[in-house]
Amino acid sequence: MSTNRSSSAAVNDFSLQVATANGSGSQTANSVLLRSIFRMGIPVSGKNLFPSNIQGLPTWFTIRASRHGYIGRRRELDVLVLMNPETAAEDALAAAPGTSVVYEKKLGVEKLRDDLLLYPVPFAELATKLPLSPDQAKLRRLLVNMIYVGVLSDLIGIDPVEIEASIRKQLAGKARAIDLNLAAVRLGREHSAEGFPEKLPQRVERMDATAGKLIIDGNSAAALGCLFGGATVCTWYPITPSSSLCESFIDLCAEHRVDPGTGRALAAIVQAEDEIASIGMVLGAGWAGARAFTATSGPGVSLMSELIGYGYYTEIPAVIFDVQRVGPSTGLPTRTMQGDILICHTNSHGDGKHPVLFPASPEECFTMAQQAFDLAERLQTPVFVLTDLDLGMNNWMSDPFPYPEAPLDRGKVLDAEGVERLKDTWGRYKDLDGDGIPWRTLPGTPHPKAAYFTRGSGHTEKAGYSEKPRDYVENMERLARKLETARGMLPKSVTEDRPGAVAGLLAFGTSHYGTTEARDFLERDHGLPLDYLRLRALPLSIETKDWIDRHQVVYVVEQNRDAQLAALLRDELPRHAARFVSVLQYDGLPLDATTVVDAVLSHRGPAGGAR
Amino acid sequence: MSATLPTPPKVNRIGLAKTDYEGAKSTLCLGCGHDVITKQIVTAFWELGIEPRRVAKFSGIGCSSKTPAYFLNRAWGVNAVHGRMPSVATGALLANPGLIGIGVSGDGDTASIGFGQFAHLVRRNMPLVYVVENNGVYGLTKGQFSATADVGSTLKGGGANELVPLDLCGLAIELGCGFVARSFSGDMKQLQSILQAAISHRGTAVIDVISPCVTFNDHEGSTKSYKYARDHEEPLHEIGFVPFFDDTIAEIPPGEVKEVPFPDGSLVRFHTVDRDYDPTDKDQVLATLHRSRTAKEFLTGILYLEPEKPSSQPSSTPSRNPSRRWERTASVPPAKRSPRSWRSTGSAEETGEAGSPGNAWEARENGEPSR
Repeated sequence: MSTNRSSSAAVNDFSLQVATANGSGSQTANSVLLRSIFRMGIPVSGKNLFPSNIQGLPTWFTIRASRHGYIGRRRELDVLVLMNPETAAEDALAAAPGTSVVYEKKLGVEKLRDDLLLYPVPFAELATKLPLSPDQAKLRRLLVNMIYVGVLSDLIGIDPVEIEASIRKQLAGKARAIDLNLAAVRLGREHSAEGFPEKLPQRVERMDATAGKLIIDGNSAAALGCLFGGATVCTWYPITPSSSLCESFIDLCAEHRVDPGTGRALAAIVQAEDEIASIGMVLGAGWAGARAFTATSGPGVSLMSELIGYGYYTEIPAVIFDVQRVGPSTGLPTRTMQGDILICHTNSHGDGKHPVLFPASPEECFTMAQQAFDLAERLQTPVFVLTDLDLGMNNWMSDPFPYPEAPLDRGKVLDAEGVERLKDTWGRYKDLDGDGIPWRTLPGTPHPKAAYFTRGSGHTEKAGYSEKPRDYVENMERLARKLETARGMLPKSVTEDRPGAVAGLLAFGTSHYGTTEARDFLERDHGLPLDYLRLRALPLSIETKDWIDRHQVVYVVEQNRDAQLAALLRDELPRHAARFVSVLQYDGLPLDATTVVDAVLSHRGPAGGAR
Repeated sequence: MSATLPTPPKVNRIGLAKTDYEGAKSTLCLGCGHDVITKQIVTAFWELGIEPRRVAKFSGIGCSSKTPAYFLNRAWGVNAVHGRMPSVATGALLANPGLIGIGVSGDGDTASIGFGQFAHLVRRNMPLVYVVENNGVYGLTKGQFSATADVGSTLKGGGANELVPLDLCGLAIELGCGFVARSFSGDMKQLQSILQAAISHRGTAVIDVISPCVTFNDHEGSTKSYKYARDHEEPLHEIGFVPFFDDTIAEIPPGEVKEVPFPDGSLVRFHTVDRDYDPTDKDQVLATLHRSRTAKEFLTGILYLEPEKPSSQPSSTPSRNPSRRWERTASVPPAKRSPRSWRSTGSAEETGEAGSPGNAWEARENGEPSR
């Protein structure tokens, strides 16, 4: 073991990264680590950095414990667990001096660096002590991961009671598996206790900051939101990182959307032939009166474009979840990005803008999923819910979800009596209320004048075919009016002002975490107070515009190269175009605070004054 | 209204006149085969006495796809985007299984841009009458070949097609379709029987209707012209359709008759013309179709019929746990009441049709949107 002990002890404030090979079964072990720390009452986050591969390629799992409650990615790593021969050397060479490194002894990390805290463990050799027969080699490989859980339990002080509880929860009902996993943990813990008298400088100690909270990924939370939002039709085409949203919905429906009397399903789920068919089915179902959604990622949205424009022009409710990943093209399909803002907000050919919601937490995935259905039906238009791989697939500490109180808003729908009452004053695309939103009827409504013909070609107020310039322009102007109405209906921005601030940070979605952490750091260590606005929807609300009005400099933080949100802001607020300063990270990793701090400081310049 | 008229209009079994099933005026070329098909669709729904409001009309893009505006004004219609009618229809029929779906498409819309969706609709056996108005050319874009043009068929401005045509009927049978027919817009009697039978079928019913384009593909050298079709049409059989509510004893002309009952009590009667043909014998059907392609015959009639084929809604829907069958059944929109499955065979009490064993459409929900 190296004696270079430069790090000072960090209690409940460190990042730990486990490097394994994809498909080696480390997921259970990493999840147990995360949950055990969580159960000790310490704010924690876990991020899985995985390859587009089923088995063999390198994968990393990062756990951050933060007594301050910061759950965004931290660029700096304090503890490494190196299990993968493919990456061990590279990871060790990249480590900052003083980093604690637990590694498979055979990997020989000690030959590479002498400025690290090294903890070699003969994992493979230890695993031979597990009570397994020789033909259970595969199981033995999986259990190696639990041995590092045991080693870490000893080295950083994770209470074995919580590890056991996490394993029991994770492997509920599998008695034999629980016993074997617990044995592996004990093996690691005992080996470490005997072999390493000096523990890591990074330690966990019990806190009380997670009581009542839960751990959940954004996709599961969104699926739950769809269930509570009254969705009965879900169509999808598998694509990372969105698939687990629909798969969660399938599981939820199996339990909660079955007629108890007949056993008949009360929701329809179709794995479609492609994303074009998924959105086609969603639009067909929305047209017929169901609450329907699809979940996809950027490539899927590209394919859906023609039909999304159709939905906009024919005014059919639809909800589309875009769990963003790195583009363009196939890009980095298992890495995160906020790169689909423009393609979603302005999707399809011709004119048109669509409401876009930006959840930033599992709780908001849950609530905004419900809101999205209300908005889609109220506004009679496709609504996007934009999350990303980081939010969708990673496990997040979350407050419990609020039980929905408000009834579903099904929007402006005329039944037979309504059609009778309005007689000829009703037209499918006629703006009777001045808000740009027309009244629709649903197929099957028993009134001879209720039916109308839906077409993507030019149409009149009465839904008749028309190529007349006036009909076209009036209809497009009404659609623009409808978007103005939408501004006041969408989730409001969340703002937090600090005394003395003249500049502000503006972020959305998962950029929230790195941005708010950076904001604290900038004020504490650099004496720079900044206001903060978290944008939760497009188009912009009046309040958001007012907030921008009040700030001389607005740092727009986003995870893409082209500063897509800033482009939209400049477009909507041309007279403020010069005050937007972009802070960008687009390397496929979740945004970290250091990136934001560096960008803000470098913009302010050495003098420290605002521009 | 009828009291003021000298002679009340003839009404169907639910008291509606044929004009109640009409649509907007056609804007297609004079003499277009599609307009004939539109008229037959009006007649079929009227004769079957189906409430127009319960019908959902679907189409894609093209001349044929304009036609749903020309029939059943009282029904809701969706003129979708090019080639995507099947998915939109699938979504609508999943959301409200009480709707009776009819889709009209063309050879471009179905055999080229929409071929994938066509295949998957058939594979799922969605309850939709799928009419292909097949003229071998793209009309709206002024006469380019489509994927159903025969080898050697010529364009109006010259140039012969060299690529093998897609046989939508053969493909539909291979894909497991339980109702596959081919007809000709010039053969109104046959088309009428086929349409009525198709509407009464429980799953996807594909009808490929040769429907000449009088503007771009009705010339000498075209194999989709009126003249060519009239000269070459070879009906496999004469078809009589007896709906479940018809209790009159139909006259059976002499000759061999094969009757195929539908689960709802309807009946299709096949009268032999000049060859033995059993539309329920898949091997024979496929062999006949194969030979006819080589011999360049234009066979019409109900090519293949499997009325008992279970019309599961998305039968291809996978489950994470294959033992769960719950996704396979129908869906409903968010509803306060609990609707019956349209898949149930239905009882007399449910349908209000005394003695009816449950018709394909009668047994479904009444189609009213439930919210």
